[in-house]
Amino acid sequence: MVAAAKFRKAQQRMFELRPYAERMSEGLSRLAANLEAEIHPLLAVRPRKNVEVLVITSDRGLCGAFNTNILKAGAKHVADLKSDGFNVSISSVGRKAKDYFKRRSVELRNSWTGISGKISYANAQEIAADIIESYTNETVDEVIIVYNEFKSVIAQKVVVARLLPLAPIEAATPDTLPVFNFIYEPSKEEIFSSLVPKNVEIQIFRALLESQASEEAARMSAMENATKSANEMISKLSLQYNKARQASITKELMDIVGGVEAMKG
Amino acid sequence: MAEGKFLLEIVTPHGLVFSEEVEEVTANGSEGEFGVLPEHVPFVTTLKVGMLTCRTGNQTVIFFVSWSYCGIGPRGMLILADSAERSDEIDVERAKAAMKRAEERLKKAEEIDFKRAETALERAVTRIQIAEIKRIK
Repeated sequence: MVAAAKFRKAQQRMFELRPYAERMSEGLSRLAANLEAEIHPLLAVRPRKNVEVLVITSDRGLCGAFNTNILKAGAKHVADLKSDGFNVSISSVGRKAKDYFKRRSVELRNSWTGISGKISYANAQEIAADIIESYTNETVDEVIIVYNEFKSVIAQKVVVARLLPLAPIEAATPDTLPVFNFIYEPSKEEIFSSLVPKNVEIQIFRALLESQASEEAARMSAMENATKSANEMISKLSLQYNKARQASITKELMDIVGGVEAMKG
Repeated sequence: MAEGKFLLEIVTPHGLVFSEEVEEVTANGSEGEFGVLPEHVPFVTTLKVGMLTCRTGNQTVIFFVSWSYCGIGPRGMLILADSAERSDEIDVERAKAAMKRAEERLKKAEEIDFKRAETALERAVTRIQIAEIKRIK
C-alpha cells in the first residue's frame, strides 16, 4: 500500500494549501477590480494574440486515465484556440506531457520534468518566474493552465483556468457591489509588486499539488483495479487448470481401467 | 454577522489557523501598530513579524505571525501569513534551536545568507517572546 501512503501525504499538503490559495486569489481579484492596470505589468490586459497553455501531468504512468484525460483536454483546448486564430505556445510539467507532444512533433516552449512526487515550493517559483518573464516581455498575452483538480479518491476533474492576466471576479463589478477605495500602506505599488507575482507562484504551486494528489489517487485506484482483475484472472485460470488436470487424470484412469479389463479378457 | 463583531481569518500555506468572529484586533503593520474595530475602512497593508492580539468579550487570544499580507474589507479581516501560530501552540524548543542556528550563521557572516539568517533570528526571538507573554499571564 505504498500508493495509499503517498496519496495521504499528497492529499494533506493540498488540503493545507487550498484555503490560502483560494483566499489569496479571491482577495487579489477583489482588489484588482478597483485598480488601474498600469500598477503592475502582470495586471495589464493586452489584446489576446499569443496564448500560452501550461499542461500539468505526471512523470510516471500506471495511473489509469489520469494523464490521458489531461492531455486530451489540453490538446483540445490548444486546437480550439488555434482555430480561433491565436498563436499558441505550450509548456508542460511532467514527462508524460513532454513525450505526448514530442510524439506529435509539437514544439514545447518550455518543459519541466522530474518533479512529480517531490514537489516543493521552489519548483513552483521556477515555473512562475519563467511564465512571468514571458508575460512581462510580451511574448504571451494570456496564460492558461490545465491540470487535474482533486475531487475525491475516485474522481479528478480536468480544470482549464486562466492564470494571467489576473481577472477581476465577475461579482465584483461596480454595478453589483459598491466600489471600495482601499487605503494602502505603505503604497499600492509596493504591495502589488510582491503580491501579484506571489499569487502566480501560489496558484501554480496549488495546481502542482492538486495534480499530485489526483495522480496518487488515480494510481491507487488503478493499482486496486489491477489487483482485482489479476485476482479474477488467477481464479479463472486456476479453474481452467484444475479442469484440464482432472480431465487428463480421468483419461489416464480410463486407459488403465480399459487395459486391466482387456487383460482379464 | 453578529453586531459589533467582524470575521478574522488567519491563513498560511500550511492551513487555516484561525477563523472566528472577534471584536477587536491589534496588529503590527509595516507602518506601525494599528487597531481594528468593526466597520474599519477598507485597508490593505503588510504585517511585520510580530504579535497579533484579538479580543472577544473579555477573552484575548495572542498569535505569532510572520511577515504577511493583511486586508480589511467589508467581510472582515484577512491575514495571509507565511506562518502563524497561537501563542500556546508555539514550539519554544524549535524556536530556540532556530535562534541558535541563525546566530551561528550570523557569526560566520556569509554575505548570501546574512539576510535570511537575520529574518530567521527575528522570527525565532519573536516566537519565544510571545510564548513567554502567555506564560506570565
